[in-house]
Amino acid sequence: MNVLVYLLPLALSLGALGLAGFVWSLRSKQFEDLQGAGWRAISDDDLPDAISKDQTNER
Amino acid sequence: MSLVAPQVQRDLSTFVRQDTGGVQSLELAIEGMRCAGCMATIENTVMKITGVTMARVNFSSHRLNVEWREGTSSPDAVIAAVAGKGFRAYPFVAKQAETAEANEEKRLLRYLGVAAFAGMNIMLLSVSVWSGNASDINPETRDFFHWLSALIALPAAAYAGQPFFESAIRALKARHVNMDVPITLGILLALGMSVVETLNHGEHAYFDSAVMLIFFLLIGRYLDQAMRHKTRAVAGNLAALKAETAIKFISEKEVREVPIAAIAPGDIVLVRPGERVSVDGKVVSGHSEIDQSLITGETDYVAIAEDAMVYAGTLNVSGTLKVRVLNAATGTLLDEVNQLIERATSTKSQHLLLADRAAQLYAPLVHATALITLIGWIIFGLAWQKALIIAITVLIITCPCALGLAVPAVQVVAAGALFRRSVLLNQGSALERFAEVDTVIFDKTGTLTMPMPELANAADISRPDLELAGRLGLSSRHPLSQAIVGASGATAPLEAEEEPGLGVKATLDGKTLLLGRPSYCKAEAEADAVARQYPDASLMAFRHGERVVVFAIQQVLRPDAVQTVRKLQALGLDIEILSGDREAAVADSACALGIARAMSGLTPADKINRIEALKAQGRKVLMVGDGLNDAPALAAAHVSISPVTAVHLTQAAADAVFLGSRLTPVLAAVTISRRAKHLMVQNLWLAVIYNAIAVPLAIAGYATPLVAALAMSGSSVIVTLNALRAANPRRAS
Repeated sequence: MNVLVYLLPLALSLGALGLAGFVWSLRSKQFEDLQGAGWRAISDDDLPDAISKDQTNER
Repeated sequence: MSLVAPQVQRDLSTFVRQDTGGVQSLELAIEGMRCAGCMATIENTVMKITGVTMARVNFSSHRLNVEWREGTSSPDAVIAAVAGKGFRAYPFVAKQAETAEANEEKRLLRYLGVAAFAGMNIMLLSVSVWSGNASDINPETRDFFHWLSALIALPAAAYAGQPFFESAIRALKARHVNMDVPITLGILLALGMSVVETLNHGEHAYFDSAVMLIFFLLIGRYLDQAMRHKTRAVAGNLAALKAETAIKFISEKEVREVPIAAIAPGDIVLVRPGERVSVDGKVVSGHSEIDQSLITGETDYVAIAEDAMVYAGTLNVSGTLKVRVLNAATGTLLDEVNQLIERATSTKSQHLLLADRAAQLYAPLVHATALITLIGWIIFGLAWQKALIIAITVLIITCPCALGLAVPAVQVVAAGALFRRSVLLNQGSALERFAEVDTVIFDKTGTLTMPMPELANAADISRPDLELAGRLGLSSRHPLSQAIVGASGATAPLEAEEEPGLGVKATLDGKTLLLGRPSYCKAEAEADAVARQYPDASLMAFRHGERVVVFAIQQVLRPDAVQTVRKLQALGLDIEILSGDREAAVADSACALGIARAMSGLTPADKINRIEALKAQGRKVLMVGDGLNDAPALAAAHVSISPVTAVHLTQAAADAVFLGSRLTPVLAAVTISRRAKHLMVQNLWLAVIYNAIAVPLAIAGYATPLVAALAMSGSSVIVTLNALRAANPRRAS
């Protein structure tokens, strides 16, 4: 049972770490636009490369 | 009458926020953003404007946030850039109510996170204890695990349970019982008993039950709040995109176009022909005709001159007016309407919601059961401590997890389904009232008919004539010309000059083109013929050399009005029209729609009287209206809905708002709500069945924390899954 001395604090601190991460993401406004964030992940228009290509196309 | 230069300078500076460090920022509502690619397009476009340091689109709420260094850019530059990519944008200032909804949503999400963390970790310990109880756990280890659970559960419950505690205290202070009272009692008893049991080295502790209960119920609360916030955000965007501005005199001679928010009582504003009046005020100079249909339902124009009152929402037809702005809610008509709304709201019978009714039945029943259990076990000779523990277990296991989710879960799903069908609910509880409706009352102008008049005799007019008239009409701001332009689809204006109050004139291939009053085009004879055919229409004539065409322009029914009314009748609803318009016009619409009861020429007070009379017969009335004159009736009716084109006051009085030019959303509101009500009742019965199984177990003393955990999560999941069926109304009977 001595192993509990390590395992329990470890389990709880991991949980607390998860909670801290959640609160941090909430504070930094990452839950403001869930739909948009999902699309941004797969959009490649935000690369600086793509912007310059876009500009040359327009010219 | 050339008081103004054709291009009035626009001043949107009231919307610009001044941030620290010389940074200015602006929030805009955006229309037409349908795909994810639009996000990048808009952001890249705006970022290219010189001076702009940040542009971020929120795809969920369709907003754009822009920052620039002070003095380097302007709202107009941003709007123009976005417009260049085909999106309409308009500055936006979040209303107090919307900010409050957003903050509440965040708060609930934080509570939910804390409850989830606490629940998971306590479950980790609880499962160890449960499996240990079945095998070889020693009492010291079990006590240690229980203490550890208490250490997590007590602060977590005190923090994340706040929404329930607050609501329960509010309800008790008002001396009534809502669902949160038994919930709060259940949480407190579970925690209290567990602490006592832990102190006494007991075998069972219910910390996991208490936290899990909070977790499940918070999911329901959060989804409900998220839906409400989303609805508010959309409503806010729609209001912003109306882009209501006024042309204000900033000095004796100089004018500037400013947003309504920047207008104060006492200001003098200019209203040009063809513009909607955006303020309430008194005419200082000028004379004109006013289309008051949005206010009174009356479709005939009213002549006004100096010292006459004009109201926001009316349309200035022919002359230029200078108007002195009065306080928002003064003026005879507005005063009267406000008083009527107040009276209607105060006499509105307090509708008892399904969930509250269930709570009022449920709480005494459960508490009595627990008491009888306690007394029963003592009579059977059990020690009172043990009997008390069993009685409290009864309360914990009946704690209305499923009951608390039964109604809100359905509300969220149904509100989402309505949202996709262009109905925005002001409050979720309106669903229950929509479901009970047995009579539907429609206003005519702007509700059954399109908000703007349209060309009625398009079939009698040759295509080339219509196109030419439309191109000519582009040069006129007169609302009747706009109807012709709309019908013709013309986009290329002719070089024309407008003669105010008469019409427009142009020359094409040596021939003179005229569009205007029949007398202006010398088309009185033809006009008489058309007038006989369309007695209610306003006439507009077009002369092209020797050819003469007369257009009849009138209010036309919404494209699906006939079908919708028929389907509503098929649902067994009685339908009436209450209109402020003339009898002939109302009778025509009623006949076309197959509505037997139609009353015309009504004042706002008449409309209320009719609704009160129906109420006295025990009818549940759904009022559908858009005019300012409908606002009191909307407030007085059992439930109400108004089109998004309605004036602010009217929308505020309605329980729901529908978008678009179709009337179907009204039908959807009724069918989806009926389905939702049905599912709510079904869910409540499911909760009752769950209790019928769980309570005898608890009374017999067999309810361990493991049984409680399984029963609670199982019933919550079943009720939630059942609620998902509200999204599909087609299977409604």
